[in-house]
Amino acid sequence: MNGSLLRRVAWTPVTALAVASAVFLLLHLVPGDPVAMMLGEGAEAAEAEQLRAELGLDRPLAEQYLRYLAGLLRGDLGSSLHFRRPVAALLGETVPATLELACAAMVAAIAVALPLGVFAASRRGRAADRLARGFALVGVSLPSFWLGPLLILAFSIGLGWLPVSGRAGPASLVLPAMTLGLGLAALLTRMVRTAVAEELGRPYVVTALARGLSRRAALWRHALPNALIPVVTVLGLQFGGLLTGAILTETIFAWPGLGRLLIQAIRLRDYPLVQGAVLLIAGIYLLVNLATDLLYARLDPRVRLGGGQPA
Amino acid sequence: MNVTGAGSARPWPRDVLLGGILVGVFVLAALLAPWLAPCDPAAQRLEQRLEGPSAAHPLGLDELGRDILSRLLHGARVSLLVGLAVVALAGLFGGAAGALAGWAGGAVDAALMRLADVVLAFPGILLAIALVGVLGPALRHLVLALVAIGWVGYARLLRAQVLAWREREFVLAGRALGLPGWRLLVRHLLPNVLPPFLVQLSLGMAGAILAEASLSFLGLGIQPPTPSWGAMINAGRGHLLDAPHLTLVPGLAILMVVLGLSFLGDGLVELLDPERRS
Repeated sequence: MNGSLLRRVAWTPVTALAVASAVFLLLHLVPGDPVAMMLGEGAEAAEAEQLRAELGLDRPLAEQYLRYLAGLLRGDLGSSLHFRRPVAALLGETVPATLELACAAMVAAIAVALPLGVFAASRRGRAADRLARGFALVGVSLPSFWLGPLLILAFSIGLGWLPVSGRAGPASLVLPAMTLGLGLAALLTRMVRTAVAEELGRPYVVTALARGLSRRAALWRHALPNALIPVVTVLGLQFGGLLTGAILTETIFAWPGLGRLLIQAIRLRDYPLVQGAVLLIAGIYLLVNLATDLLYARLDPRVRLGGGQPA
Repeated sequence: MNVTGAGSARPWPRDVLLGGILVGVFVLAALLAPWLAPCDPAAQRLEQRLEGPSAAHPLGLDELGRDILSRLLHGARVSLLVGLAVVALAGLFGGAAGALAGWAGGAVDAALMRLADVVLAFPGILLAIALVGVLGPALRHLVLALVAIGWVGYARLLRAQVLAWREREFVLAGRALGLPGWRLLVRHLLPNVLPPFLVQLSLGMAGAILAEASLSFLGLGIQPPTPSWGAMINAGRGHLLDAPHLTLVPGLAILMVVLGLSFLGDGLVELLDPERRS
């Protein structure tokens, strides 16, 4: 492992602490009295005092911060005001659904983008290439909260093939995964097309073709594996996009995941739950990013051996 | 090394024209909304609710009997205004922070970039959702939240540009001549680093419009009765079966304006980059 990778690994806990501190400050950004906001109008003074003590808001800010950090280290994210249950337990119940949705969306996006991007790169400037570019442009511009209802209209209401909402079996995963994955599929198509086209023009491919290697073998065996290295990085970074995209998708399809719980918590002014959900999503993103960097170094010897990232 | 006159002799790239026309149509629609809209966008006619298109209401009426065309036109004002405000403020603060970090270096650079790292540690619009969720849904909170996450992209871009240009001969010559640092930065360096910044502004506006619509869809953005495309789609979801036009029309508007801005951004890359053009 070279110096920059070691620094990257060592820096992760520092970033995690900064993220946790930012999330701690969130509750203190509530305009006015957060307890009054949570309880709403007509709350009694005794009730407010009890909640204030429960949340530790009656203590000095520094003490609140240290208690919060100590709680995090123990996996204690406080209690939900609405559900009257530990935040960690509530989040734990919803994480599998969100990860299932995000992974399905990623698989769907790769399944579309890889063949389409390679096909477009091998036919540069022709109709297939223009079609792939059009797909990429429309795909990134299409709001998921519009696409979702359109898919429901077509496949659930119109054709009756798939369920409208909920999480009950593989069929219920299809429309949410398509909705969440389209933007990523569009982005990946564009990336794969550019990366493969670039590789196809490199001297090693030209030499292989000149020595009689078939175009198909040069493309799939040589150009594509090299082109995929930067694509892996984008996939890792885009996982965060999928996590936040899931907030919208889960709301549309009533998918019982982390994103839907976050929006529910915001509507209920359940701030401990909001804090916990935001922290968990940011934490997953941080870990996936770190894993991506390590994987990138594993795949690309130029990074692993300290030669820096390729241009 | 000034690029400002570089595009004058060349034909405009097709993407710039296409994007310009699309965005131009929506800008005109937004500017002229009070005159173009057939009705008051908040006026309700409950007895005519969910009615389809007619001569009086070319795009039909929504679930409260409000004219969809009028709400669409006034919604364009909101979308474009939020997009412009976010891009202007995020571009200004982010650009200033990035230029400062790149020019000053050292502790200033380190502090600003670590702050940027913390913002970037939150994926997508998560931080904006959390901020608006805690501060409460309001236009100013929405803009503030989107600026809070948006400035980082501009800061990193401008910092990288300033770092790349600050050791160029004409800057070193300026220094040797004793020109003050601020003058070198503002008068000589910034005009050269602006082209990619302009591209980022165009794409950033598309992102801001999508983010505003997303937050409004979630009920965290523009509040009723002010029309917003995102909120219109959310309201239309309950009537997919009996009145799908409620969802279709505002979604198409978002798609068109975001596509226009993407075309514009792509075209600007081509227009402002002499190497790509050749």
